[in-house]
Amino acid sequence: MDKIIIQNLYKIFGPDPDKAIKALQNGDTKQDIHEKTGMTVGVDNANFTIQEGEIFVVMGLSGSGKSTLVRMLNRLIEPSSGKILINGQDITRMTHDNLVQFRLKNMSMVFQSFALMPHLTVLENAAFGLALAGESKGKREERARDALSQVGLQGWEGHYPKQLSGGMQQRVGLARGLAVDPDIILMDEAFSALDPLIRTEMQDELLTLQENSDRTIVFISHDLDEALRIGDRIAIMEGGRVVQVGTPEEILQNPADDYVRAFFRGVDPTNVISAGEIVTNTHPTIVKTRKGGIRATLELLNAKDFNHGYVLNSRHQFLGIVSVDSLQQAVEDNRTREPIDTCFLPDVHTAMTHDNMQDILPEVASRPWPVPVVDENNIFRGVVSKNRFLKTLHKSEKHLPV
Amino acid sequence: MFEEKLIPLERWITTFVEWLVDNHREFFQLIKWPVEQTLSGFDTGLNAIPPVIVILFLAICAWRFSGWGLAVFTLVAMTFIGFLGFWEDTMTTLAMVLASVLFCTIVGVPFGIATGRNDRFEKILRPFLDAMQTTPSFVYLVPIVMLFSVGNVAGVLATIIFAMPPIIRLTSLGIRQVHPELVEAALAFGATRTQVLLKVQIPLALPTILAGLNQTIMMALAMVVIASLIGAGGLGSPVILGLNTLDIGLAVVAGLSIVLLAMVLDRITQSMAGKKYE
Repeated sequence: MDKIIIQNLYKIFGPDPDKAIKALQNGDTKQDIHEKTGMTVGVDNANFTIQEGEIFVVMGLSGSGKSTLVRMLNRLIEPSSGKILINGQDITRMTHDNLVQFRLKNMSMVFQSFALMPHLTVLENAAFGLALAGESKGKREERARDALSQVGLQGWEGHYPKQLSGGMQQRVGLARGLAVDPDIILMDEAFSALDPLIRTEMQDELLTLQENSDRTIVFISHDLDEALRIGDRIAIMEGGRVVQVGTPEEILQNPADDYVRAFFRGVDPTNVISAGEIVTNTHPTIVKTRKGGIRATLELLNAKDFNHGYVLNSRHQFLGIVSVDSLQQAVEDNRTREPIDTCFLPDVHTAMTHDNMQDILPEVASRPWPVPVVDENNIFRGVVSKNRFLKTLHKSEKHLPV
Repeated sequence: MFEEKLIPLERWITTFVEWLVDNHREFFQLIKWPVEQTLSGFDTGLNAIPPVIVILFLAICAWRFSGWGLAVFTLVAMTFIGFLGFWEDTMTTLAMVLASVLFCTIVGVPFGIATGRNDRFEKILRPFLDAMQTTPSFVYLVPIVMLFSVGNVAGVLATIIFAMPPIIRLTSLGIRQVHPELVEAALAFGATRTQVLLKVQIPLALPTILAGLNQTIMMALAMVVIASLIGAGGLGSPVILGLNTLDIGLAVVAGLSIVLLAMVLDRITQSMAGKKYE
């Protein structure tokens, strides 16, 4: 079923939108209009349909008009011209009162910067939309609790947003959107501010939440991987125009123009996926203490059946790798009272979180141990094993155009 | 070239103010009435309550908003003022400060909110605020005396004008500092403009508004002392008396009481404003 139908939608920022629209229809480009009139074209003649229950991703680089487009769907930005039919009703013609009712009941939004109210607790934030609708305290808290447990935040109700990590804050943002039980959720770069591991986790959760729901999600993103991962269908925007709409496969196989092609050309997974995105945290880490700890570390590795352990300082900065063999040797030589540094393996190189798979391939391939990944501050983020590397490669191969 | 005076502005002003006095007396009496009632209420009240209770109340406020240190300081400072023999004057000054701050808040906060939400209104109001803040405080006193005669009420009216700008400015600043995405989020969830104001902008601006209140209180305290020049009572009178009779001891001790009262009020209101959401 068609949930949202967008017809001839324009947004011009400037004093005389009609003039600019006419110029666009006569073939002037966004640049021409900006040079001639100083007006900015936000969205240029958008036409597409969003189906009920799908995750529809609007993708484009910054300045492509995707944020403007999504804000016209709930009229945070007033369209200059065109129609937006939602459930058959043209929201561009709604009165202010009807629009407020519509926002209260049918549509919620999740923001890139989370936009949580700092003076409200997690529970009150999740209940925010219901409070605006005048829902009773008992009922709105019940529904907010329910929404929070859907995103895995039970037990955090009494905390304030600032006490939570970025990922958890965005869970609250998501719970706030879910609590009003809308039929449409607009997500504006909702996961872009999160670090890669958490981002993937949130994408998975969104997919799970969406599994048994006929909710429609309009998701704005500049991240191709994200679009391919969660989008049922994708619209690609450039310079205010929607250049192509289709399923990921359709777009991959039949790119509409060079712009779209350029987007996908680089999609060799080893070029796109960074080390930080595929690290695992299952390998044992040992925080170095002043005492030796060689024997304890050996026991830990044996107990967990790992060959290698990663030694960090108290600030979680990476120091070195020890192996069962190197530790065993120390025990046999009666060096257990010496610092653990004496057991470090030689020739260990770390990878950076932003290195892509291509960069780290030689190291992963040539070493018996999974390669440690650190960030700019040398903080240990996890490891990339051969196994993990190959699995990622295999998974992303499905996305590649043949 | 300026030997000849071409613009007799002062004569025009005099004529204008005299015209106001002659023709709009009732209007000014109308303004005066609520201030008079409020002030006399505060003054009678504060002087009727036993000093011990006033001191304990202030100390409890200090403890509640800040902690033990400030509570002890408040206790000692206020008791000290009492034993200096200035309790009644201090209460009169406090009543004048409270009355002026009350009216500053009633008028200033709505003005601040309006300027915070409307750029044009802010542009219009800004020169007036600048003038109110920078005009030497003595200059207020002449027209005030002409329009409202002398005494405590006239003093409070002068104080209201002088102390109003900070609360307007900081309320406006507080509203403007609210992150636009938060306003956008509230709108996206169906908030009306009133709901945005009450549920997002005012709560988030509150620490800044309270900082403005603190500034207003400090300026009010400075002005009620100067207002003694037009016959307002309180701690200003002994200062003026000391000045006129060259009684250095009297002037300094009254001045010391003012400083102590100022410190107590400042610290308490500052710790009120300091509460942030962590």
